[in-house]
Amino acid sequence: MQGPLIDTLVRQGVSRRTFLKYCATLASMMALPPTAGLAMAEAMAASRRPSVIWLPFQECTGCTESITRSHSPTIEGMIFDMISLDYQETLMAAAGFQAEEALHNAMKDNYGKYLLIVDGSIPLGVDGAYSCIAGRSNLDLLKEAAKGAAAIVAMGSCASFGGIPKANPNPTGAVSVSDVIKDKPIVNIPGCPPIPVVMTGVLAHYLTFGKLPELDDKGRPKAFYGETIHDRCYRRPFYDQGKFAKTFDDEGARNGWCLFELGCKGPVTHNACATTKWNGGTSWPVESGHGCLGCSEPDFWDAGGFYKALSMPADPLKIAAAAAVVGAGAGVAVSFANRAKKSAAKAAHETTTLADLEK
Amino acid sequence: MNELQLLTWVRGPGLDFAVGIFLLGVVWRLFEIYSLGRKKDLSAPRHTSGASGWHTVFRRSLPPPGMLKRSPVSYIGGYLFHIGLAVIVFGFAPHILLIKSLSGLSWPGLPSQFVDLAAVVTMAAMLVVLFDRINKPVKRFLSTFEDWFTWTVTFLPVLTGWMAVQHLLLPYTTMLALHILSVEILLVVLPFSKLFHAFTLFGSRWYNGRVNGHKGVPV
Repeated sequence: MQGPLIDTLVRQGVSRRTFLKYCATLASMMALPPTAGLAMAEAMAASRRPSVIWLPFQECTGCTESITRSHSPTIEGMIFDMISLDYQETLMAAAGFQAEEALHNAMKDNYGKYLLIVDGSIPLGVDGAYSCIAGRSNLDLLKEAAKGAAAIVAMGSCASFGGIPKANPNPTGAVSVSDVIKDKPIVNIPGCPPIPVVMTGVLAHYLTFGKLPELDDKGRPKAFYGETIHDRCYRRPFYDQGKFAKTFDDEGARNGWCLFELGCKGPVTHNACATTKWNGGTSWPVESGHGCLGCSEPDFWDAGGFYKALSMPADPLKIAAAAAVVGAGAGVAVSFANRAKKSAAKAAHETTTLADLEK
Repeated sequence: MNELQLLTWVRGPGLDFAVGIFLLGVVWRLFEIYSLGRKKDLSAPRHTSGASGWHTVFRRSLPPPGMLKRSPVSYIGGYLFHIGLAVIVFGFAPHILLIKSLSGLSWPGLPSQFVDLAAVVTMAAMLVVLFDRINKPVKRFLSTFEDWFTWTVTFLPVLTGWMAVQHLLLPYTTMLALHILSVEILLVVLPFSKLFHAFTLFGSRWYNGRVNGHKGVPV
């Protein structure tokens, strides 16, 4: 099904107007000038579907589920179909050797041009034996596929930062894509799972301008990860007023007050949930009454407990008792040393007699 | 290390470590100081009204006659920043939450605008006291590294906390992490520096007052 994208869209009953509207929305979401919407539409409509190879590594398929299911009836889903997705284990009909053949053909035919999407972390422990596909380790596969890729998209927190597999004690030695590949442009789209429109937005940007969007210091597109959940949260006024829900079923929770004290990680989490929302703009975690887990930040799993307020220490009295005992021990020991010194001085004291003075 | 990792560290292992060192140091120093003992004074005690340990504990909180005029900065500045610190530490709602999570004790917080004002006044007072120390040749001469150092570790938690609340200079996450880190430095330094006066102040006043009372001198 090769050919310009617009032909395919027309065949699927998508009008040019709908497509333009979609591009304009994407452009405004990414804070691009209004003219960029048109440019995007033109570029995307004319473009031949770029080859995309999606490699799943140590992952839960949540990222794929998120992309395919939650937005499947919308135009995002269609655009996603329009990409020539040449290898995606979960979605492709082929299996076994056929699937492997598809992968190798796509890599050979589009060498240097294809977009590589990776979800899941890469285990380095036991020579990568923790996760293998077709008898080869993820590390091997990634290195091979990365060689011919124009750019790499690390989908989800596992591929971006190591995610849950990397959580302490990291039994498989999991690392992120950027820990392994150093010589290719990599864009991180973290989230557990990431927001579908962020994915399509990045792809649209890539198709239009031929390069990846502007990234922050953690390799995330600034357009979507530029601000914190807290800064864009509709419950923010309650935070500023000091109105907090104390439990999940108290009056504050029913009134929709700030969830900071219930462990919301919104103030330290950069993502677009508060603006784009989930499930086609239906709702998002904070709107449904649960604090942000901080899933788009590195090592969110080990960030001190989901239900502990950010200002609360994780477990400050862990070594307190032991420290007090050691302190008391040291104090007593020093006391004895001081007393011994004193008595030694006393014992060494020589009494001066009158006879001594007359000498 | 990114800012969330820094925050996680200062809230986790960093704080464990700091609280541990603090407790260790405090218990150690208290044992050491109070076990030193003093020689018994064999002279007959003299009695003068107002000369006793307890009197001195309170009297030393007030400037002796004439001293307020001679060195107003030390007294007024000193009072201001000590009271300000108490207001900030014990009156700010997030701090009370912290104390509650540690000990179960809690009390109503002060309005955050008032605490904010207290923070600004505290910092201003501390700066004035510092400039006075630099400005007055005698004070400067008497100052050692410890004096400058303890001033800094006391000032930084107030500054970083205030900046975190006000969203100044650095993102909230980083500033909050730096605030907690600065408190941890204070916790580690406190037992082993002159800041230990927070624990020994009343004991030593009482002792001095008692000795002077024995000699019949109200000080």
